[in-house]
Amino acid sequence: MELIYFKNVYKQYKNGVNALVDVNLAIEKGDFVFVIGASGSGKSTLIKLLYREEKPTRGDVYIGGIKVSKLRNRKVYKLRRKLGIVFQDYKLLPKKTVYENVAFALLVYGLKETEIRKRVLKALDQVGLKGKYRSYPDQLSGGEQQRVSIARAIVNNPKVLICDEPTGNLDPETSKEIMDVIESINKEWGTTIIMATHDKDIVNRMKKRVLLLDKGMLVSNKEKGGYSK
Amino acid sequence: MKPIRIFFRSISEAFKSVFRNFSLSLASISCISITLILVAVSVILSYNVNSFTSDIEKDVTIVVFVDNTATSEESDLIGKTINNIANVTEVYFQSKQDIKADMEAESDTFEAILKEYDAETNPLQDTYLVKVSDIEKIGDTAKEIKKIEKVELVKYGEGMVEELVNIFDIVKNITYIVVVALIVVTAFLISNTIKITIQNRKREIEIMRLVGASNSYIKIPFFFEGIILGFLGTVLPILICCFGYAYLYDILGGKLFTEIIKLVNPDLIIYNIVLITLLIGVVVGALGSYRAVRRHLKI
Repeated sequence: MELIYFKNVYKQYKNGVNALVDVNLAIEKGDFVFVIGASGSGKSTLIKLLYREEKPTRGDVYIGGIKVSKLRNRKVYKLRRKLGIVFQDYKLLPKKTVYENVAFALLVYGLKETEIRKRVLKALDQVGLKGKYRSYPDQLSGGEQQRVSIARAIVNNPKVLICDEPTGNLDPETSKEIMDVIESINKEWGTTIIMATHDKDIVNRMKKRVLLLDKGMLVSNKEKGGYSK
Repeated sequence: MKPIRIFFRSISEAFKSVFRNFSLSLASISCISITLILVAVSVILSYNVNSFTSDIEKDVTIVVFVDNTATSEESDLIGKTINNIANVTEVYFQSKQDIKADMEAESDTFEAILKEYDAETNPLQDTYLVKVSDIEKIGDTAKEIKKIEKVELVKYGEGMVEELVNIFDIVKNITYIVVVALIVVTAFLISNTIKITIQNRKREIEIMRLVGASNSYIKIPFFFEGIILGFLGTVLPILICCFGYAYLYDILGGKLFTEIIKLVNPDLIIYNIVLITLLIGVVVGALGSYRAVRRHLKI
């Protein structure tokens, strides 16, 4: 069975906006998928359905056998432990060091200190920030902060890494470095990547599977696609 | 052990939070302290009122005057009948000769007057002194005794006793109401502090949710924080009340204004006061934070 599976998914917000209309898709384990589209096309909604920030109005969403669309609020954490999420604004805690920010994700599971240390250093190594684990977020560049947030997202060894415009605040050179990090995670750890983005260059260069949304409808679903039609 | 680790992490998080927003914590701890001082004072007051009331109640006696025409058998029967009344705890017989001797010993004037009479002509009457268990039913008991044959007169300071009992009941009830009101105020104070902490940590809570913290893992530190605030708020009231009351007791020599109003010995009630204050602080802290978490931590 597919790792991620959307079946006739509709999402209508309370203000009447139809964010998603009859979306059907399947994503295999280890895939690298871009979600693209203009502002308001439903990219963010699709991403939010994945980590159960929103529930579909109709239809079902499955991730790794969990019926996300029917998941109770109380049980959401079980899903989130199988996911890593990266945001445009990093969402780091300013008063915690790099190490503490990444360890934060494991502390909430109640893991042992030694186990946490091992995993955090491994994740920081993967994103190339091992030497800066004592720094605070405001001492780091935007690209480095995003690496910290990626390290936090992968420290629990997730099946899926969800990225919501991870390069939105970064210059092209730094964006490329971040994409290299994400691609290495996909290749070396076998983590499935789903990434919403506006960045045409990245999508065109990387030749991955592309989902194009327009007014809430999935209008194209191409292997090795590009941004231009 | 996962649950134990999570438990201790919650407590340490709660402590960190108390000290991270120390000015806020201090403000609410001060408010809690003031409230709990008043609560503890009320409790001490209520202990003293209770003890004074029961002292007075112990002293209240029904005096039963036996008709002078009664034979000694009839008089004995009166004693036994009184003893059988449910509310009666103690019956003590005083013959008129005893009373005469007592009065003569009490003052020279009485002695001069009473010298005129011998055992035969003694104008006084044999009496029974009766103690009751339930002071509020003393009127009924007196009426019952009055019905016994050869009982001439029953006296127990009607009116005065009831009045006193009523006044103390009112004092006690007001104390209870004040204590309950203060406890409610304290709960709201703690709830408000936790609410602000929750708002300050919105971002942290959001990230905790995203990385897969369970709801209870997010909520529990806030409960502990409320409990810690409540606990810290009890320290000052306990010190003030224990040492303050002991000091007051020593200075006043264990009585208030007159010998009649005796204060309760601090050694007897101090542990109870400490326990009550601690319990109120901690329980109210837990309740206050529970309310804040329920209302303001929407996850």
